[in-house]
Amino acid sequence: MITAGIDCGAKTTKTVILKDGTIIGKGMVPTGFDPVNAVEDSLDNAVKQAGIAREDIQRIGGTGSGKAAVRIANASVNDIKAMARGAFYFFPKARTVADVGAEESRAARLDVKGHPVDFATNEKCAAGAGAFIEAMARALEVSIEEMGPLCLQSDRQLPLNAQCAIFAESEVVGLIHSKTATPDISRAIHDSIAGRIASMIRRIGVNEDVALLGGLALNPGFVASITRQLNVDRLYTPPDPEFGAAVGAAVSAAETSK
Amino acid sequence: MAEEKKTEFWRWTESNWKNPDLDWRTAGFVTVGIDVGSVSSQAVLVADGRILGYGNIRTGSDSPNSARNAVTFALEAADMPEDRINYCIGTGYGRVNVPFANRTITEIACHARGANFIYGPEVRTVLDVGGQDIKCIRCDEKGQVTHFLMNDKCAAGTGRGMEVFCDLLGVPITEAGDRSFEFNGEEPAAVSSTCVVFAKSEAAGLLRKGWTREEVLAAYCGAMADRIFSLVKRVGVEPGFAVTGGMAKNRGVVDRLMKKIGIKRMQTAWDTQIAGAAGAALFAYALCLKGDGK
Repeated sequence: MITAGIDCGAKTTKTVILKDGTIIGKGMVPTGFDPVNAVEDSLDNAVKQAGIAREDIQRIGGTGSGKAAVRIANASVNDIKAMARGAFYFFPKARTVADVGAEESRAARLDVKGHPVDFATNEKCAAGAGAFIEAMARALEVSIEEMGPLCLQSDRQLPLNAQCAIFAESEVVGLIHSKTATPDISRAIHDSIAGRIASMIRRIGVNEDVALLGGLALNPGFVASITRQLNVDRLYTPPDPEFGAAVGAAVSAAETSK
Repeated sequence: MAEEKKTEFWRWTESNWKNPDLDWRTAGFVTVGIDVGSVSSQAVLVADGRILGYGNIRTGSDSPNSARNAVTFALEAADMPEDRINYCIGTGYGRVNVPFANRTITEIACHARGANFIYGPEVRTVLDVGGQDIKCIRCDEKGQVTHFLMNDKCAAGTGRGMEVFCDLLGVPITEAGDRSFEFNGEEPAAVSSTCVVFAKSEAAGLLRKGWTREEVLAAYCGAMADRIFSLVKRVGVEPGFAVTGGMAKNRGVVDRLMKKIGIKRMQTAWDTQIAGAAGAALFAYALCLKGDGK
Protein backbone atom coordinates (compact mmCIF):
# COMPACT_ATOMS: atom_id res chain seq x y z
CA MET A 1 0.00 0.00 0.00
CA ILE A 2 1.29 3.48 -0.87
CA THR A 3 0.37 6.43 1.34
CA ALA A 4 1.60 10.00 1.63
CA GLY A 5 1.94 12.18 4.71
CA ILE A 6 1.96 15.95 4.21
CA ASP A 7 3.00 18.22 7.07
CA CYS A 8 2.24 21.85 6.27
CA GLY A 9 4.24 23.79 8.86
CA ALA A 10 4.75 27.48 9.60
CA LYS A 11 8.04 27.61 7.74
CA THR A 12 8.30 24.52 5.54
CA THR A 13 5.95 21.94 4.05
CA LYS A 14 7.11 18.33 4.02
CA THR A 15 5.79 15.27 2.15
CA VAL A 16 6.77 11.67 2.77
CA ILE A 17 5.67 8.73 0.61
CA LEU A 18 5.47 5.39 2.34
CA LYS A 19 5.22 2.03 0.55
CA ASP A 20 4.40 -0.90 2.84
CA GLY A 21 6.26 0.72 5.71
CA THR A 22 9.27 1.90 3.72
CA ILE A 23 9.96 5.54 2.89
CA ILE A 24 10.35 5.80 -0.88
CA GLY A 25 10.16 9.56 -1.44
CA LYS A 26 10.48 12.89 0.35
CA GLY A 27 9.88 16.49 -0.62
CA MET A 28 10.31 19.73 1.29
CA VAL A 29 9.58 23.32 0.18
CA PRO A 30 9.19 26.64 2.02
CA THR A 31 5.54 27.22 2.98
CA GLY A 32 5.75 30.92 2.16
CA PHE A 33 2.51 32.84 1.81
CA ASP A 34 0.75 30.25 -0.33
CA PRO A 35 0.45 27.00 1.64
CA VAL A 36 -1.83 25.32 -0.94
CA ASN A 37 0.87 25.68 -3.58
CA ALA A 38 3.55 24.54 -1.14
CA VAL A 39 1.56 21.35 -0.50
CA GLU A 40 1.36 20.66 -4.25
CA ASP A 41 5.06 21.37 -4.80
CA SER A 42 6.28 19.23 -1.91
CA LEU A 43 4.05 16.36 -3.06
CA ASP A 44 5.33 16.69 -6.64
CA ASN A 45 8.93 16.54 -5.39
CA ALA A 46 8.26 13.46 -3.29
CA VAL A 47 6.40 11.68 -6.10
CA LYS A 48 9.29 12.37 -8.46
CA GLN A 49 11.83 11.02 -5.98
CA ALA A 50 9.73 7.89 -5.37
CA GLY A 51 9.49 7.29 -9.12
CA ILE A 52 5.74 6.74 -8.97
CA ALA A 53 2.69 8.52 -10.36
CA ARG A 54 0.50 10.63 -8.12
CA GLU A 55 -2.39 8.27 -8.85
CA ASP A 56 -0.45 5.43 -7.24
CA ILE A 57 -0.95 7.03 -3.83
CA GLN A 58 -3.93 5.38 -2.17
CA ARG A 59 -4.32 7.65 0.84
CA ILE A 60 -2.96 11.00 1.96
CA GLY A 61 -2.68 12.12 5.59
CA GLY A 62 -2.51 15.87 6.26
CA THR A 63 -1.06 17.46 9.40
CA GLY A 64 0.69 20.58 10.73
CA SER A 65 -0.44 24.11 11.57
CA GLY A 66 -1.41 24.58 7.90
CA LYS A 67 -3.36 21.32 7.76
CA ALA A 68 -6.34 23.13 6.22
CA ALA A 69 -4.21 23.77 3.12
CA VAL A 70 -3.75 20.02 2.60
CA ARG A 71 -7.01 19.89 0.69
CA ILE A 72 -6.04 16.69 -1.10
CA ALA A 73 -5.86 14.74 2.18
CA ASN A 74 -8.34 11.94 2.89
CA ALA A 75 -7.20 11.68 6.47
CA SER A 76 -6.71 14.60 8.83
CA VAL A 77 -4.10 13.68 11.42
CA ASN A 78 -3.72 15.88 14.50
CA ASP A 79 -0.24 17.15 15.37
CA ILE A 80 0.16 15.01 18.48
CA LYS A 81 -0.82 11.82 16.69
CA ALA A 82 1.44 12.57 13.72
CA MET A 83 4.36 13.15 16.09
CA ALA A 84 3.63 9.99 18.07
CA ARG A 85 3.28 7.75 14.99
CA GLY A 86 6.42 9.30 13.51
CA ALA A 87 8.42 8.60 16.67
CA PHE A 88 7.07 5.02 16.85
CA TYR A 89 8.05 4.41 13.21
CA PHE A 90 11.71 5.18 13.90
CA PHE A 91 12.00 4.29 17.59
CA PRO A 92 9.42 1.74 18.76
CA LYS A 93 10.97 1.82 22.25
CA ALA A 94 10.49 5.59 22.64
CA ARG A 95 8.12 6.46 25.51
CA THR A 96 8.56 10.21 25.34
CA VAL A 97 8.69 12.28 22.18
CA ALA A 98 9.17 15.98 21.54
CA ASP A 99 8.85 17.87 18.27
CA VAL A 100 10.34 21.34 18.05
CA GLY A 101 9.53 23.21 14.86
CA ALA A 102 9.85 26.76 13.62
CA GLU A 103 6.84 28.22 15.44
CA GLU A 104 5.50 25.43 17.62
CA SER A 105 6.74 22.77 19.99
CA ARG A 106 5.00 19.79 21.51
CA ALA A 107 5.76 16.75 23.61
CA ALA A 108 3.89 13.54 24.38
CA ARG A 109 4.22 10.47 26.55
CA LEU A 110 3.61 7.26 24.60
CA ASP A 111 2.31 3.82 25.55
CA VAL A 112 3.98 0.60 24.36
CA LYS A 113 2.19 0.83 21.02
CA GLY A 114 3.32 4.41 20.52
CA HIS A 115 -0.05 5.99 21.20
CA PRO A 116 -0.05 9.29 23.11
CA VAL A 117 -1.32 9.13 26.70
CA ASP A 118 -0.50 12.72 27.69
CA PHE A 119 0.82 15.74 25.87
CA ALA A 120 1.78 19.42 26.12
CA THR A 121 2.08 22.03 23.40
CA ASN A 122 3.33 25.55 22.86
CA GLU A 123 2.11 27.42 19.83
CA LYS A 124 1.66 30.89 21.30
CA CYS A 125 5.17 32.03 22.07
CA ALA A 126 8.37 32.16 20.03
CA ALA A 127 10.45 31.57 23.17
CA GLY A 128 9.70 27.84 22.89
CA ALA A 129 10.22 27.37 19.15
CA GLY A 130 12.88 27.53 16.47
CA ALA A 131 11.94 31.14 15.74
CA PHE A 132 13.71 32.01 19.00
CA ILE A 133 17.10 30.79 17.75
CA GLU A 134 16.47 32.43 14.36
CA ALA A 135 15.78 35.81 15.96
CA MET A 136 18.91 35.47 18.12
CA ALA A 137 21.02 34.46 15.11
CA ARG A 138 19.92 37.69 13.41
CA ALA A 139 20.96 39.72 16.46
CA LEU A 140 24.32 37.89 16.54
CA GLU A 141 24.67 38.31 12.76
CA VAL A 142 25.54 34.65 12.18
CA SER A 143 23.68 32.19 9.99
CA ILE A 144 21.19 29.81 11.59
CA GLU A 145 23.35 26.85 10.50
CA GLU A 146 26.35 28.23 12.41
CA MET A 147 24.46 28.63 15.68
CA GLY A 148 24.65 25.01 16.87
CA PRO A 149 28.35 24.42 16.10
CA LEU A 150 29.18 27.76 17.76
CA CYS A 151 27.32 26.68 20.87
CA LEU A 152 29.38 23.48 21.11
CA GLN A 153 32.60 25.53 21.19
CA SER A 154 31.66 27.05 24.53
CA ASP A 155 32.09 25.54 27.96
CA ARG A 156 30.81 28.59 29.78
CA GLN A 157 27.36 28.77 31.32
CA LEU A 158 25.86 32.20 31.08
CA PRO A 159 22.29 33.03 32.02
CA LEU A 160 19.97 34.67 29.53
CA ASN A 161 17.44 36.37 31.78
CA ALA A 162 14.78 37.37 29.27
CA GLN A 163 12.35 34.68 28.17
CA CYS A 164 10.62 36.70 25.45
CA ALA A 165 12.46 36.58 22.11
CA ILE A 166 12.01 40.34 21.67
CA PHE A 167 13.60 41.11 25.05
CA ALA A 168 16.24 38.39 24.66
CA GLU A 169 17.32 40.10 21.44
CA SER A 170 18.11 43.29 23.37
CA GLU A 171 19.93 41.19 25.97
CA VAL A 172 22.03 39.52 23.27
CA VAL A 173 22.91 42.94 21.84
CA GLY A 174 23.96 43.94 25.38
CA LEU A 175 26.19 40.84 25.61
CA ILE A 176 27.78 41.71 22.25
CA HIS A 177 28.47 45.25 23.51
CA SER A 178 30.10 43.89 26.66
CA LYS A 179 32.43 41.84 24.41
CA THR A 180 31.11 38.41 25.40
CA ALA A 181 32.51 35.74 23.05
CA THR A 182 30.07 34.68 20.32
CA PRO A 183 30.22 30.93 21.22
CA ASP A 184 29.32 31.79 24.83
CA ILE A 185 26.34 33.86 23.68
CA SER A 186 25.24 31.06 21.38
CA ARG A 187 25.46 28.60 24.28
CA ALA A 188 23.38 30.90 26.49
CA ILE A 189 20.73 31.09 23.74
CA HIS A 190 20.57 27.31 23.30
CA ASP A 191 20.56 26.63 27.04
CA SER A 192 17.71 29.09 27.42
CA ILE A 193 15.35 27.56 24.84
CA ALA A 194 16.39 23.99 25.73
CA GLY A 195 15.50 24.76 29.35
CA ARG A 196 11.98 25.76 28.36
CA ILE A 197 11.46 22.72 26.12
CA ALA A 198 12.91 20.45 28.82
CA SER A 199 10.48 21.81 31.39
CA MET A 200 7.59 21.24 28.98
CA ILE A 201 8.73 17.61 28.57
CA ARG A 202 9.15 17.18 32.32
CA ARG A 203 5.57 18.38 32.81
CA ILE A 204 4.30 15.28 31.05
CA GLY A 205 7.07 13.06 32.48
CA VAL A 206 10.38 11.85 31.04
CA ASN A 207 10.24 8.12 30.27
CA GLU A 208 13.16 6.78 28.26
CA ASP A 209 13.77 6.38 25.42
CA VAL A 210 13.26 10.01 24.48
CA ALA A 211 12.86 10.82 20.78
CA LEU A 212 13.30 14.28 19.29
CA LEU A 213 11.70 15.28 15.99
CA GLY A 214 11.40 18.58 14.14
CA GLY A 215 13.89 20.95 12.57
CA LEU A 216 15.63 21.75 15.84
CA ALA A 217 16.82 18.15 16.10
CA LEU A 218 19.26 19.12 13.30
CA ASN A 219 20.92 21.65 15.60
CA PRO A 220 23.73 19.88 17.52
CA GLY A 221 23.91 22.70 20.08
CA PHE A 222 20.25 22.36 20.95
CA VAL A 223 20.43 18.55 21.12
CA ALA A 224 23.46 18.68 23.44
CA SER A 225 21.83 21.26 25.66
CA ILE A 226 18.47 19.52 26.02
CA THR A 227 20.15 16.12 26.57
CA ARG A 228 22.05 17.70 29.45
CA GLN A 229 18.97 19.40 30.88
CA LEU A 230 16.78 16.29 30.68
CA ASN A 231 19.57 14.33 32.34
CA VAL A 232 19.32 11.43 29.89
CA ASP A 233 22.15 9.51 28.19
CA ARG A 234 21.03 10.33 24.70
CA LEU A 235 18.16 11.60 22.62
CA TYR A 236 17.03 9.57 19.64
CA THR A 237 16.81 11.66 16.48
CA PRO A 238 15.87 10.13 13.13
CA PRO A 239 17.63 10.97 9.86
CA ASP A 240 15.93 14.08 8.45
CA PRO A 241 14.09 14.83 11.71
CA GLU A 242 12.03 17.63 10.14
CA PHE A 243 10.08 14.93 8.28
CA GLY A 244 9.02 13.23 11.54
CA ALA A 245 5.42 14.44 11.55
CA ALA A 246 5.00 13.80 7.81
CA VAL A 247 6.15 10.20 8.34
CA GLY A 248 3.65 9.91 11.18
CA ALA A 249 0.86 11.26 8.95
CA ALA A 250 1.72 8.73 6.23
CA VAL A 251 1.77 5.89 8.79
CA SER A 252 -1.53 7.08 10.21
CA ALA A 253 -3.12 7.28 6.75
CA ALA A 254 -2.14 3.64 6.15
CA GLU A 255 -3.50 2.54 9.54
CA THR A 256 -6.86 4.25 9.16
CA SER A 257 -7.48 2.58 5.80
CA LYS A 258 -7.71 -0.83 7.47
CA MET B 1 31.55 48.67 1.43
CA ALA B 2 29.47 51.81 1.68
CA GLU B 3 27.85 52.22 5.05
CA GLU B 4 24.15 51.61 4.87
CA LYS B 5 22.03 54.37 6.34
CA LYS B 6 19.08 52.88 8.16
CA THR B 7 16.22 55.01 9.39
CA GLU B 8 15.41 54.14 12.97
CA PHE B 9 11.66 54.35 13.00
CA TRP B 10 11.45 53.38 16.66
CA ARG B 11 13.42 56.42 17.76
CA TRP B 12 11.49 58.94 19.85
CA THR B 13 12.69 62.37 20.89
CA GLU B 14 14.73 62.71 24.06
CA SER B 15 13.87 65.84 26.02
CA ASN B 16 14.68 67.92 29.07
CA TRP B 17 12.76 70.73 30.71
CA LYS B 18 13.05 73.36 33.42
CA ASN B 19 10.18 74.86 35.36
CA PRO B 20 10.41 78.65 34.70
CA ASP B 21 8.55 79.42 37.94
CA LEU B 22 11.04 77.76 40.27
CA ASP B 23 14.59 78.61 41.32
CA TRP B 24 16.80 76.01 43.01
CA ARG B 25 18.77 78.79 44.74
CA THR B 26 15.82 79.65 46.95
CA ALA B 27 14.66 76.06 47.51
CA GLY B 28 14.91 74.29 50.86
CA PHE B 29 15.35 70.73 49.63
CA VAL B 30 16.18 69.63 46.11
CA THR B 31 15.68 65.90 45.51
CA VAL B 32 16.03 63.73 42.45
CA GLY B 33 14.26 60.57 41.37
CA ILE B 34 15.82 58.39 38.69
CA ASP B 35 13.78 55.81 36.85
CA VAL B 36 16.03 53.49 34.85
CA GLY B 37 13.76 51.55 32.55
CA SER B 38 14.66 48.98 29.95
CA VAL B 39 14.06 51.37 27.08
CA SER B 40 14.07 54.88 28.59
CA SER B 41 15.51 56.56 31.69
CA GLN B 42 14.25 59.68 33.41
CA ALA B 43 15.62 61.95 36.11
CA VAL B 44 13.15 64.33 37.78
CA LEU B 45 14.36 67.16 40.02
CA VAL B 46 11.95 68.23 42.75
CA ALA B 47 12.33 71.46 44.73
CA ASP B 48 10.29 71.43 47.95
CA GLY B 49 7.72 69.07 46.50
CA ARG B 50 7.35 70.77 43.10
CA ILE B 51 8.90 69.66 39.85
CA LEU B 52 11.93 71.80 39.04
CA GLY B 53 12.97 70.05 35.85
CA TYR B 54 13.62 66.72 34.24
CA GLY B 55 15.57 64.80 31.63
CA ASN B 56 14.19 61.92 29.57
CA ILE B 57 16.65 59.81 27.57
CA ARG B 58 16.92 56.45 25.89
CA THR B 59 18.52 53.75 28.07
CA GLY B 60 21.84 52.58 26.67
CA SER B 61 23.38 49.15 27.09
CA ASP B 62 24.79 50.19 30.47
CA SER B 63 22.41 51.15 33.32
CA PRO B 64 24.81 53.21 35.54
CA ASN B 65 25.70 55.35 32.51
CA SER B 66 22.04 55.80 31.60
CA ALA B 67 21.23 56.96 35.13
CA ARG B 68 24.17 59.35 35.04
CA ASN B 69 23.20 60.72 31.61
CA ALA B 70 19.59 61.29 32.64
CA VAL B 71 20.67 63.26 35.72
CA THR B 72 23.20 65.29 33.74
CA PHE B 73 20.52 66.09 31.15
CA ALA B 74 18.09 67.25 33.86
CA LEU B 75 20.77 69.30 35.62
CA GLU B 76 21.62 71.00 32.31
CA ALA B 77 18.01 72.08 31.90
CA ALA B 78 17.80 73.31 35.49
CA ASP B 79 21.26 74.92 35.23
CA MET B 80 22.04 73.57 38.67
CA PRO B 81 25.20 72.04 40.17
CA GLU B 82 24.92 68.38 41.14
CA ASP B 83 26.06 68.92 44.73
CA ARG B 84 22.90 70.93 45.37
CA ILE B 85 20.92 67.64 45.41
CA ASN B 86 19.92 66.64 48.93
CA TYR B 87 18.65 63.14 48.29
CA CYS B 88 18.49 60.71 45.39
CA ILE B 89 16.19 57.71 44.92
CA GLY B 90 16.53 55.13 42.16
CA THR B 91 13.61 53.18 40.76
CA GLY B 92 12.70 51.09 37.74
CA TYR B 93 14.06 47.93 36.18
CA GLY B 94 17.66 49.15 36.49
CA ARG B 95 17.30 50.75 39.95
CA VAL B 96 20.04 48.61 41.50
CA ASN B 97 22.40 50.16 38.96
CA VAL B 98 22.16 53.76 40.17
CA PRO B 99 25.43 53.90 42.10
CA PHE B 100 24.88 57.41 43.47
CA ALA B 101 21.36 56.78 44.81
CA ASN B 102 20.79 57.06 48.57
CA ARG B 103 18.18 54.32 48.34
CA THR B 104 15.86 52.49 45.94
CA ILE B 105 12.06 52.15 45.87
CA THR B 106 10.06 49.83 43.60
CA GLU B 107 8.61 51.33 40.44
CA ILE B 108 5.11 50.23 41.46
CA ALA B 109 5.11 52.57 44.48
CA CYS B 110 6.81 55.33 42.48
CA HIS B 111 4.36 55.18 39.58
CA ALA B 112 1.34 55.39 41.86
CA ARG B 113 2.89 58.32 43.74
CA GLY B 114 3.95 60.02 40.50
CA ALA B 115 0.54 59.56 38.83
CA ASN B 116 -1.09 61.01 41.94
CA PHE B 117 1.10 64.08 41.46
CA ILE B 118 0.91 64.61 37.71
CA TYR B 119 -2.77 63.68 37.30
CA GLY B 120 -4.01 64.78 40.73
CA PRO B 121 -5.39 62.98 43.79
CA GLU B 122 -8.50 61.72 41.94
CA VAL B 123 -6.38 58.96 40.35
CA ARG B 124 -7.50 55.49 41.47
CA THR B 125 -6.23 53.27 38.64
CA VAL B 126 -2.81 53.74 37.06
CA LEU B 127 -1.88 51.92 33.90
CA ASP B 128 1.81 52.17 33.16
CA VAL B 129 2.89 50.82 29.80
CA GLY B 130 6.63 51.09 29.47
CA GLY B 131 9.23 49.58 27.20
CA GLN B 132 9.34 46.15 28.76
CA ASP B 133 6.38 45.79 31.10
CA ILE B 134 2.76 46.59 31.71
CA LYS B 135 1.66 47.50 35.22
CA CYS B 136 -1.87 48.13 36.37
CA ILE B 137 -1.98 49.67 39.83
CA ARG B 138 -4.90 50.62 42.07
CA CYS B 139 -4.21 53.35 44.58
CA ASP B 140 -5.84 55.60 47.17
CA GLU B 141 -6.12 59.40 47.26
CA LYS B 142 -2.59 59.66 48.63
CA GLY B 143 -1.15 57.65 45.77
CA GLN B 144 -0.56 54.63 48.00
CA VAL B 145 -0.77 51.27 46.25
CA THR B 146 -3.72 49.08 47.23
CA HIS B 147 -3.42 46.40 44.55
CA PHE B 148 -1.43 45.78 41.37
CA LEU B 149 -0.59 43.29 38.64
CA MET B 150 2.21 43.38 36.13
CA ASN B 151 3.45 41.53 33.10
CA ASP B 152 7.16 41.69 32.50
CA LYS B 153 7.86 38.38 30.77
CA CYS B 154 6.42 39.03 27.32
CA ALA B 155 6.77 41.89 24.83
CA ALA B 156 3.13 41.66 23.71
CA GLY B 157 1.43 44.95 24.53
CA THR B 158 4.64 46.74 25.57
CA GLY B 159 6.43 49.73 24.11
CA ARG B 160 9.25 47.56 22.81
CA GLY B 161 6.68 45.56 20.83
CA MET B 162 5.43 48.79 19.26
CA GLU B 163 8.99 49.85 18.43
CA VAL B 164 9.62 46.57 16.64
CA PHE B 165 6.41 46.98 14.66
CA CYS B 166 7.18 50.56 13.67
CA ASP B 167 10.56 49.41 12.37
CA LEU B 168 8.86 46.65 10.39
CA LEU B 169 6.25 49.00 8.89
CA GLY B 170 8.59 51.96 8.39
CA VAL B 171 6.36 54.30 10.38
CA PRO B 172 7.98 56.72 12.87
CA ILE B 173 6.82 55.68 16.36
CA THR B 174 5.70 59.20 17.25
CA GLU B 175 3.23 59.10 14.33
CA ALA B 176 2.05 55.52 14.84
CA GLY B 177 -0.95 56.40 17.00
CA ASP B 178 -2.44 58.95 14.60
CA ARG B 179 -1.62 56.93 11.50
CA SER B 180 -3.44 53.90 12.92
CA PHE B 181 -6.72 55.77 12.39
CA GLU B 182 -5.98 56.73 8.77
CA PHE B 183 -7.87 54.06 6.89
CA ASN B 184 -11.15 53.88 5.03
CA GLY B 185 -14.06 51.74 6.07
CA GLU B 186 -14.36 49.50 9.08
CA GLU B 187 -11.78 48.93 11.81
CA PRO B 188 -9.59 46.00 10.69
CA ALA B 189 -9.67 42.86 12.85
CA ALA B 190 -6.90 42.78 15.48
CA VAL B 191 -3.74 40.79 14.72
CA SER B 192 -4.43 37.32 16.16
CA SER B 193 -0.93 36.28 17.27
CA THR B 194 -0.02 37.30 20.80
CA CYS B 195 3.73 36.78 20.43
CA VAL B 196 5.38 39.80 18.80
CA VAL B 197 7.65 37.52 16.74
CA PHE B 198 4.63 35.72 15.28
CA ALA B 199 2.63 38.96 14.95
CA LYS B 200 5.45 40.27 12.74
CA SER B 201 5.03 37.29 10.38
CA GLU B 202 1.27 37.80 10.44
CA ALA B 203 1.72 41.48 9.57
CA ALA B 204 4.06 40.61 6.70
CA GLY B 205 1.31 38.34 5.37
CA LEU B 206 -1.28 41.13 5.66
CA LEU B 207 0.95 43.58 3.78
CA ARG B 208 1.39 40.97 1.07
CA LYS B 209 -2.36 40.59 0.85
CA GLY B 210 -2.53 44.29 0.00
CA TRP B 211 -3.35 45.86 3.37
CA THR B 212 -2.02 49.41 3.81
CA ARG B 213 0.52 50.13 6.53
CA GLU B 214 -2.16 52.13 8.34
CA GLU B 215 -4.53 49.16 8.33
CA VAL B 216 -1.81 46.87 9.68
CA LEU B 217 -1.00 49.46 12.36
CA ALA B 218 -4.69 49.61 13.29
CA ALA B 219 -4.78 45.80 13.54
CA TYR B 220 -1.69 45.79 15.72
CA CYS B 221 -2.84 48.66 17.96
CA GLY B 222 -6.07 46.68 18.40
CA ALA B 223 -4.09 43.59 19.42
CA MET B 224 -2.07 45.63 21.92
CA ALA B 225 -5.26 47.11 23.37
CA ASP B 226 -6.67 43.57 23.75
CA ARG B 227 -3.55 42.40 25.49
CA ILE B 228 -3.43 45.37 27.90
CA PHE B 229 -7.18 45.12 28.54
CA SER B 230 -6.84 41.52 29.73
CA LEU B 231 -4.43 42.69 32.46
CA VAL B 232 -6.51 45.75 33.37
CA LYS B 233 -9.64 43.60 33.71
CA ARG B 234 -7.92 41.30 36.18
CA VAL B 235 -6.98 44.24 38.42
CA GLY B 236 -10.35 45.94 38.01
CA VAL B 237 -10.91 49.54 37.00
CA GLU B 238 -11.94 52.25 39.42
CA PRO B 239 -12.67 55.58 37.66
CA GLY B 240 -9.93 58.11 37.84
CA PHE B 241 -8.01 56.19 35.18
CA ALA B 242 -4.55 57.52 34.41
CA VAL B 243 -2.11 56.21 31.83
CA THR B 244 1.63 56.71 32.37
CA GLY B 245 4.73 55.64 30.48
CA GLY B 246 5.57 56.11 26.84
CA MET B 247 2.50 54.29 25.56
CA ALA B 248 0.27 57.03 27.01
CA LYS B 249 1.46 59.07 24.02
CA ASN B 250 0.12 56.54 21.52
CA ARG B 251 -3.58 57.18 21.07
CA GLY B 252 -3.81 54.31 18.58
CA VAL B 253 -3.47 51.91 21.48
CA VAL B 254 -4.90 53.96 24.33
CA ASP B 255 -8.08 55.18 22.56
CA ARG B 256 -8.84 51.62 21.50
CA LEU B 257 -8.22 50.45 25.07
CA MET B 258 -10.45 53.14 26.62
CA LYS B 259 -13.22 52.16 24.22
CA LYS B 260 -13.05 48.62 25.60
CA ILE B 261 -12.98 49.85 29.21
CA GLY B 262 -15.85 52.23 28.47
CA ILE B 263 -14.61 55.31 30.36
CA LYS B 264 -12.46 58.31 29.49
CA ARG B 265 -8.91 58.56 30.70
CA MET B 266 -7.65 61.49 32.76
CA GLN B 267 -5.65 64.21 31.04
CA THR B 268 -2.39 65.87 32.02
CA ALA B 269 -0.04 68.46 30.58
CA TRP B 270 3.01 66.63 32.02
CA ASP B 271 5.16 64.23 30.06
CA THR B 272 3.68 60.84 31.03
CA GLN B 273 7.10 59.17 30.88
CA ILE B 274 8.30 61.00 34.00
CA ALA B 275 5.70 59.57 36.42
CA GLY B 276 7.99 56.95 37.99
CA ALA B 277 10.94 59.32 38.47
CA ALA B 278 8.63 62.06 39.78
CA GLY B 279 7.23 59.62 42.34
CA ALA B 280 10.77 58.68 43.43
CA ALA B 281 11.78 62.36 43.78
CA LEU B 282 8.64 63.07 45.85
CA PHE B 283 9.42 60.13 48.16
CA ALA B 284 12.92 61.58 48.50
CA TYR B 285 11.44 64.94 49.48
CA ALA B 286 9.23 63.27 52.12
CA LEU B 287 12.35 61.57 53.54
CA CYS B 288 14.15 64.95 53.66
CA LEU B 289 11.26 66.44 55.63
CA LYS B 290 11.61 63.55 58.10
CA GLY B 291 15.26 64.48 58.54
CA ASP B 292 16.88 61.83 56.34
CA GLY B 293 18.26 64.37 53.87
CA LYS B 294 21.30 66.65 53.82
